[in-house]
Amino acid sequence: MYERGWRRYAILALFLGPSLIGMLVFTVGPIVASFGLSFTNWDLLRPPRLVGASNYAAMMTDAEFWRTLRNTLTFLVGYIPLVITSGLLVAVLLNTRIPGMQIFRAMYFLPVVTSWVAVALIWRWLFNPVYGLVNNLLGAIGISGPAWLFDPNWAMPAVILTSVWKDTGFVMVILLAGLQGIPREYYEASSIDGANFVQRLRFITIPLLAPALVFALSISLINSFQVFDQVYVMTEGGPAGATMVLVERIVRNAFSYSRMGYASAMSWVLFALIFATSLTFYALKRWRS
Amino acid sequence: MKGALSPASGAAPHRAARPAWRRLRLNWRTMLVVTLILIGGIGMIGPFAWAVSTSLKARGAMLVLPPELIPAEPTLEAYRQVVSRFPFFRVFVNSVFVALATVLGQLVVCSMSGYAFARLTFRGRDTLFVLYIATLMVPFAVIITPLFIVVTTLGWTNSYVGLIVPGIFSAFGTFFMRQFFLSIPRELEEAATIDGAGTLTTFLRIILPISGPALATLGVLAFMGTWNSFLWPLLIISNRMLMTLPVALSTLQGLYPGQTQWNIVMAGTVLATIPTLIVFLFAQRWIIEGVAGSGVKG
Repeated sequence: MYERGWRRYAILALFLGPSLIGMLVFTVGPIVASFGLSFTNWDLLRPPRLVGASNYAAMMTDAEFWRTLRNTLTFLVGYIPLVITSGLLVAVLLNTRIPGMQIFRAMYFLPVVTSWVAVALIWRWLFNPVYGLVNNLLGAIGISGPAWLFDPNWAMPAVILTSVWKDTGFVMVILLAGLQGIPREYYEASSIDGANFVQRLRFITIPLLAPALVFALSISLINSFQVFDQVYVMTEGGPAGATMVLVERIVRNAFSYSRMGYASAMSWVLFALIFATSLTFYALKRWRS
Repeated sequence: MKGALSPASGAAPHRAARPAWRRLRLNWRTMLVVTLILIGGIGMIGPFAWAVSTSLKARGAMLVLPPELIPAEPTLEAYRQVVSRFPFFRVFVNSVFVALATVLGQLVVCSMSGYAFARLTFRGRDTLFVLYIATLMVPFAVIITPLFIVVTTLGWTNSYVGLIVPGIFSAFGTFFMRQFFLSIPRELEEAATIDGAGTLTTFLRIILPISGPALATLGVLAFMGTWNSFLWPLLIISNRMLMTLPVALSTLQGLYPGQTQWNIVMAGTVLATIPTLIVFLFAQRWIIEGVAGSGVKG
């Protein structure tokens, strides 16, 4: 840094000031406020009232909260293996020397850049029990499809399938970048040694792809704890609460029921889940190396 | 390893000289790969095609069983309905304006703060930077209640400012630009300093002109994020004239009591998706590389 004296502070204020003020007002301030609010009851009409940890305690006996948490975990358990598998499959297929691969890559990536609202509307129509394409295609091969979004047992699978469809391209792009970073010489050496496709996958691709896989997995996990847009547009948490997830519940508590304190407490539980996940991945990384 | 399944990168020089189609070996393996990719590709494009097909149907044709994959009597009626019953062009312009303003703001603010963290020296810099990074771990759901109250207090609900300003100050953007600036050799700036240039001049004349790729990537990620953002505009905008595309789209399905008119909803969806498609086609490289490198979907 070239400047000295007061000019130095002027430069600092110019470069960092706007960002610092913005971060304080729109991010750090709200984070601190949210943590404080989680120990109060506040309906926006009367001033917030300190209630200690009772919001957190109330959650423990709130059946609705537990169901919301269970639904979020159901989403995660269904979504994660499917999206990682399909993303890996597409990445391996696209990592070949065939002309036009760029076009195929773009095809798989298109749903990623499309807004969730558009995607959710398209799939709501596809999953229409009578006129939807999904059930008509199933009918053509003799399967009588369920009512999907109108059936408490099938609404979550429909939301999961839609999410896997949208995010496959996202996982694919991360894994494809990882695959392309594996030196070609390794494959050449292994083929001289007579390794077959499965052996190459087992001893070269998977171990060397591990960092990219872990990266894709951790990001997908963190995102799926926060699943919201698709649920809001496709089911609004229904039918009969079968797809009510954490963020939807937080938003409803805050903005429909004006339970600001309770909503804040719930959002910190969400943070704890995400933090624990990140910590686990960090520990795993340390332990491996 | 010379089969079709060998990695695409790092082709040997004598092979790279030949056109791609000459290098292609038409064996069963290649055929299998291409077939699988095409089947998956149809699965990816199919839903979009079905949306277009539905949007071109009249109300009655939509309810024909089995569904007509290609409308027998295509009509633009649904598009006319969407445009006439809903301020669709206004909403479209809103989305463009909000996204561009957010991108511009984010590029200015984040490139400057990123530069401060990369090159300026001041006490507590690294601690402050760790704090920036720490905010990235906090989900939006934590921030949303107090943020809503901040924006309400400022009187920014139902306004462009409320849509744009909170999106400008991005910890991710600061981090992203900092990492880029750190990769620039210091010698460039030292030469400018010897010539008597101040920090601001160096930043504007030396650093920014070579930051094109980083700014483009951050800009594209910010654009996508803002363009597709749903929860925030849903909360602070109730005036239809100020809605952005995703929010307006989500109200379409509830606009008609009783049965949702899917041809109209799909017409709206198609109209809303076309701009994304155009941006994607032009900025494909930056979008895909940006997403692959950062894991941010925007």
